[in-house]
Amino acid sequence: MTDPSTAATGAAVTSTAGEFVTGAEHIETKAGKPRSLASDAWYDLRRRPLFIVSAALILLVLLMAAWPSLFTSVDPTYADLGRSRDAPSAEAWFGYDNQGADIFARVIYGARASIIVGVVSTILTVLIGGALGLLAGFYGGWIDGLMSRIADVFFGLPFVLGAIIILSSFRAAGSTSATEIMFLVILSISVLSWPVCMRIMRSAAITAKQQDYVKAARALGASSTRIILRHMLPNALAPVMVYATIALGAFIGIEATLSFLGIGLRAPVVSWGVMIADSRDVIRVAPHTLLFPAAFLTATVLAFVMLGDAVREALDPKMR
Amino acid sequence: MSDNIIEVRDLVKHFPVRVGVLFKRTVGHVRAVDGVSFDLKRGETLGVVGESGCGKSTLAQVLMRLEPATGGSVKFEGQEILGLKGSALRKLRRDIQIVLQDPYTSLNPRMTVGDIVGEPFEIHPEVAPKGDRRKKVQDLLDVVGLNPEHINRYPHQFSGGQRQRIGIARALALRPKVIVCDEPVSALDVSIQAQVMNLLGDLQNEFGLSYIFIAHDLSVVRHLSDRVAVMYLGKVVEIGDETALYEHPTHPYTQALLSAVPVPDPELRGQRQIIRLEGDVPSPVDPPSGCRFRTRCWKAQEVCAQEEPELMTRVGAHPSACHFAEEKSVVP
Repeated sequence: MTDPSTAATGAAVTSTAGEFVTGAEHIETKAGKPRSLASDAWYDLRRRPLFIVSAALILLVLLMAAWPSLFTSVDPTYADLGRSRDAPSAEAWFGYDNQGADIFARVIYGARASIIVGVVSTILTVLIGGALGLLAGFYGGWIDGLMSRIADVFFGLPFVLGAIIILSSFRAAGSTSATEIMFLVILSISVLSWPVCMRIMRSAAITAKQQDYVKAARALGASSTRIILRHMLPNALAPVMVYATIALGAFIGIEATLSFLGIGLRAPVVSWGVMIADSRDVIRVAPHTLLFPAAFLTATVLAFVMLGDAVREALDPKMR
Repeated sequence: MSDNIIEVRDLVKHFPVRVGVLFKRTVGHVRAVDGVSFDLKRGETLGVVGESGCGKSTLAQVLMRLEPATGGSVKFEGQEILGLKGSALRKLRRDIQIVLQDPYTSLNPRMTVGDIVGEPFEIHPEVAPKGDRRKKVQDLLDVVGLNPEHINRYPHQFSGGQRQRIGIARALALRPKVIVCDEPVSALDVSIQAQVMNLLGDLQNEFGLSYIFIAHDLSVVRHLSDRVAVMYLGKVVEIGDETALYEHPTHPYTQALLSAVPVPDPELRGQRQIIRLEGDVPSPVDPPSGCRFRTRCWKAQEVCAQEEPELMTRVGAHPSACHFAEEKSVVP
């Protein structure tokens, strides 16, 4: 393949090419091994303090959600009105709520419902909205028109109204099953918020589709699947990830709103949203009842936002 | 098999102009390419020049089957390619490849160079067995003058000229017979342009490639081309051998273009006649009647508005589409 004349010009150029090394991390330690975007991103992530901190926080919250008894031995549902609204003390670190239940235990046990609702509805929203947006952006024409109009219909529904309709019409009468309510809350959140995600993905996909590298891939004979997955998706993912990390916090908050309206989760199920909703009546006399669940919620959302930020930057070779 | 690797006859590409939100009406057509015919010989470079918006790039897209043609025929090695579908089209992709204009947008920023140059092998796995690919990618990088050890780098770590070399390596991967170069050097610095053009020339000798080389810079085209076609508003107005066209241009448009080429010799500067064209290229939605160049031509007469001049040999040795074709040397 190499003939002497081109090999000679090649050598001449590579001597200058060597000067384009941009940073210490690009000096290949294992020059022979081919790497991919994913492995490069992982290599980069492990060295990012932002990622390590946020991943540790998320891991901690997930542990709380999975095995709450590791963190507290107090029963979160045991309430004693005699210690109602007591301030934090050595006995109960976060104090007691209006009903006299230990706030620390309730925060620990509340992680499960909040995390499940937040994470699952974010994943569903991104999957539905992202897939439809990608297809609409790629195919355009009547497919795009149809999908965008359907999205407009869902987008036009006021969120709380839509959630009330879904929750009240699908819920079996008199049912207090936590799983069922959680499922319905997740369903109503994802069904009502995917249009936002779809619009973000659609516009990013349209931008990516017009790039020359998509043209080059088509000229090589690449299939539509290949163009969508290899060329458009990686380049259209960043804005959706920003939306997803912000949406996660909003969804945990929405779960609280639905609880407050009496159609979401309710006692004896504990969630951060339920706790925040409960504390509204007593916030002036006992601010700690709001402070602790809200702090946990904020820290969790912040951890997800930071994680999303770190992953987004790691997936962009230019930002490394 | 004939000597011509590509034969284009009366190729037409019209883009409909639509208005309306829900029910779209077609109100006209942009005649981007309007009856273009030429042959490309084996191992030859055909330069295509013209102003912006004259249909050069659309011609490339249609030849690459990236846009469907409105009419006409394109034959590759005697086989009609405009109607090809499925596996036949995939097979054609191995024979005709494209190098795009802008090296900054033609490489996926989230793929390593190894992935970019190796993608043709993934799409056409029959070309290279899996274990062989890495070696092939490194060979290709070597051929285009890049360091084969840089396969794990990303496009943004390379300069414009190096990126264009990556684009060339990707086009070469499938060992095509024809490469369509769509203004491959117009986004590069002048010093880098020469390097990339010399590389293209070397590759042509090494692999026996045929090029369709699109550019708007006449001196760039002259450096590489055996024959040159001049386009104006979707039509070829003059086509001929490089020396014939540059030294004995017969179409007024070609003469005007050539008179704008900078003269490298300061002694000769100011001695030649500079032809300045008035106005802009007319809208391709509604091109002028008769000769399309007549609105800006200093020779235009009654007949030009009524009769469209055919592309045929009138004076000299090569065809030109002008009723009043005459030789006029504008390059000193």
